[in-house]
Amino acid sequence: MATTIKVNGVDRTVDVDGDTPLLWVLRDVLGMTGTKFGCGMALCGACTVHVDGVATRSCITPIDSIGSSAITTIEGIGATAAGAKIQKAWLDGEVVQCGYCQSGQIMSASALLASNPSPTDSDIDDAMSGNICRCGTYVRIREAIKQAAQSSGRGG
Amino acid sequence: MVLDQITSRAADSDRSPSESGFSRRAFLQAGAAAGGGLLLSLRLPLANGDAEAADDFVPNAFIRIDRDGQIVLTMPYVEMGQGTYTSIPMLIAEELEVDLSQVRLEHAPPNEKLYGNPLLGGIQATGNSNAVRASWQPLRQAGATARTMLVAAAAKRWNVDPGSCRAQSSEVLHALTGRRVRYGELAADAAGMPVPENVALKRPADFKLIGTPAKRLDTPAKVNGTAVYGIDVRPPGVKIATLAQSPVFGGRVKRVDDAAAKAVKGVRQIVQLDDAVAVVADHMGAAKKGLAALVIEWDDGPHAKLSTQDIADELERATLNPGAIAQNIGDVDNAMASAASKVEAAYQLPFLAHATMEPMNCTVHLRRDGCDIWVGSQAIARVQAAAAKTAGLPLDKVIVHNHLIGGGFGRRLEADGAIRAVQIAQHVDGPVKVVWTREEDIQHDMYRPYWFDRLSAGLDTKGIPVAWKNRFAGSSVLARYLPPTFNNGFDPDTVEGAIDLTYTLPNMRVEYVRVEPPGIPTAFWRSVGPSHNVFVTESFMDELAAAAKQDPVAYRLALLEKNPRAKAVLALAAEKAGWGQPLPERVGRGVSLQFVFATYMAHFAEVEVAKNGGVRVRRVVCAVDCGTVVNPDTVRAQIQSGIIFGITAALYGEVTVKNGRVQQTNFDSYQMLRMNEAPAIEVHIVPSSEPPGGMGEAGTSAIVPAVTNAIFAATGKRLRKLPVDAVALRQPI
Repeated sequence: MATTIKVNGVDRTVDVDGDTPLLWVLRDVLGMTGTKFGCGMALCGACTVHVDGVATRSCITPIDSIGSSAITTIEGIGATAAGAKIQKAWLDGEVVQCGYCQSGQIMSASALLASNPSPTDSDIDDAMSGNICRCGTYVRIREAIKQAAQSSGRGG
Repeated sequence: MVLDQITSRAADSDRSPSESGFSRRAFLQAGAAAGGGLLLSLRLPLANGDAEAADDFVPNAFIRIDRDGQIVLTMPYVEMGQGTYTSIPMLIAEELEVDLSQVRLEHAPPNEKLYGNPLLGGIQATGNSNAVRASWQPLRQAGATARTMLVAAAAKRWNVDPGSCRAQSSEVLHALTGRRVRYGELAADAAGMPVPENVALKRPADFKLIGTPAKRLDTPAKVNGTAVYGIDVRPPGVKIATLAQSPVFGGRVKRVDDAAAKAVKGVRQIVQLDDAVAVVADHMGAAKKGLAALVIEWDDGPHAKLSTQDIADELERATLNPGAIAQNIGDVDNAMASAASKVEAAYQLPFLAHATMEPMNCTVHLRRDGCDIWVGSQAIARVQAAAAKTAGLPLDKVIVHNHLIGGGFGRRLEADGAIRAVQIAQHVDGPVKVVWTREEDIQHDMYRPYWFDRLSAGLDTKGIPVAWKNRFAGSSVLARYLPPTFNNGFDPDTVEGAIDLTYTLPNMRVEYVRVEPPGIPTAFWRSVGPSHNVFVTESFMDELAAAAKQDPVAYRLALLEKNPRAKAVLALAAEKAGWGQPLPERVGRGVSLQFVFATYMAHFAEVEVAKNGGVRVRRVVCAVDCGTVVNPDTVRAQIQSGIIFGITAALYGEVTVKNGRVQQTNFDSYQMLRMNEAPAIEVHIVPSSEPPGGMGEAGTSAIVPAVTNAIFAATGKRLRKLPVDAVALRQPI
């Protein structure tokens, strides 16, 4: 069944079963491999994308549930204000180690910052606890989110 | 740094060094590179000390300075998050007087003869925290040699004394005349210069790069989705496969009903192996759906009734008999007999999975005459050899393209994933990417061994330990992985952290009993031997302090008079942690001290134990003396990382087996520490000009006993078995 989804502003038509998780459409059908597979059960957050701006685990999101919603992936998040700030903060704060989970971390953090320009520690816990980092970059992720929020506060 | 340059091909002739112009020097030679640049060929000393025969100079690392000024380093280490792709180029850039950004890395193709790591017994692998340790001296010497030759070439061109020239920012300058020339223009001339026999290395005070928090070179591609990990490769026409392996190790496929799986849209093929079934499809969604639709009947084989308890019981029994003596100091039996008091304890550590965030995967294109493999591996020569054997191909027909690693932790030192992928590829036309589900990844890992340890100590009337006995039983990973390292009944990894303690112990005996668990494959796991031994020795040291009714920090310090570096890190960490300052009820501080991977480290964990037994690590303070610091930000990052990894293991890490099956499946049953549980972490670096110690793993082993010792401080409960049992910590009502 042909399904059309809008990814990073571009309509893409794919022919897969309607219950196919968005993750595999992105990675294997469309070749957008920045979104990662970690668990397949929404337990780790590596596959996080935005659906209409909301952080969403693509590994459990069936393609036929998306309709006309706008999907944003790590490949496109730098074009958003919050995403660009988060990416810069990640580089400035030298957050990344192996980097495999960081696409998902950045997507969760961007969604947080877009909806909450000055998140508290508790807001950060709530938004980010669904994203596992096996390299243990949590301390730096927290600092980078705060730094990105400060740059927002200055109107940057 | 261009990340796509990091991938490599085994049979890549254009990267082979030119043979021309080699001098007779034993460890470093220079000559012309293809294309007219300067090529330095290095030979890192081999562990068995046979590197001195100059007649058969075989280089294992290369530095090329091209005519355009680009500097290319070919080296055998792989990036898995530990910062090696930044730290290693820093060593060369420092002495060569170039910007870090001008050094490009190419990963070495698989060839153990060339790229074997001297601290890993000559195997080509990235592990045991030793990339910087192994290359610290030779890479700086190489950089200095190249610099000296470039200066000599410029001096000759200008007809001036080389001593009147200096190198700076990729140029040679002649201050008197204001002349300058770029390295690229000098590279061809420099190749004809004699190789200096001795070059002076910079004094630490003159370091410009080493010791600075250089930005990591691999990061930009990792924040915008363009970094390519093994799991991301997409050779044209690739199919995606996922698999079910026998739930019981050693079991076999008895019967498969694949009718429903074949009916799934996008499923192309079912591949049945002796002990696994794979579904090959257009995409992973179809492959997983197909796998779920398979009906597989298994023959569970000889381990159908195996349980973790059986293994623990066997190990416990094994410690009742003497083992191989790993260290024997003084007369422990005599000292024990005359001690004023005696302390005994037994400890157990569980099997652990690696749970790298990137699940196991390997992509194979097998043809009649050759094979391409795309994978992220810590040991690509192993992958190449295993694939060649499985495919029945000569070694040189197997080309391994190595990629970024989404977490290694030792898992990707193994070739089992490549073997499995080749077995599947033997049934598939065209390339196939085999991706393990998280459940397969956890249930078919190769595990950190289970350990049982029996310790006893004799104290004198002042509580000072006069006798120390440690006998432990478990699997030797090295005995399988690198058999020549297993000698006299033990190997150096298994006992690291149990012998050569920082403390002065006049009478000490450490014995190891090798017991391989039936059916359960074991492997290296981040911080390897010390992941086990440091927990045991530092827990027991804490028990001795408690038995002696002494402060655990003061007790340790008193045993460190002969070890100033260890004493310094412990004292610094204690001060920074606020040791001795009061804490609320059910909050405690715990200490640990270790010297492993040539790095001294003291940890203080501040832990809160809830009334329901739940443990929260609030704060960790670490002091480290890892010798000369190459990149202090990487040191901090690796300690932060190791601490989170270790707390995860201390609080949650446990793989159990019932009826021959691993019971944990995914991140719900094999839990990871998360953002809301992560402690504040402080790292204090002790300045030192000693050679660098390893950093990738030390933080993991050190934190575990600090946490359990803190739990003891908070509750009075001594935990001798990991992971932490929250039920045992519940406050009685």
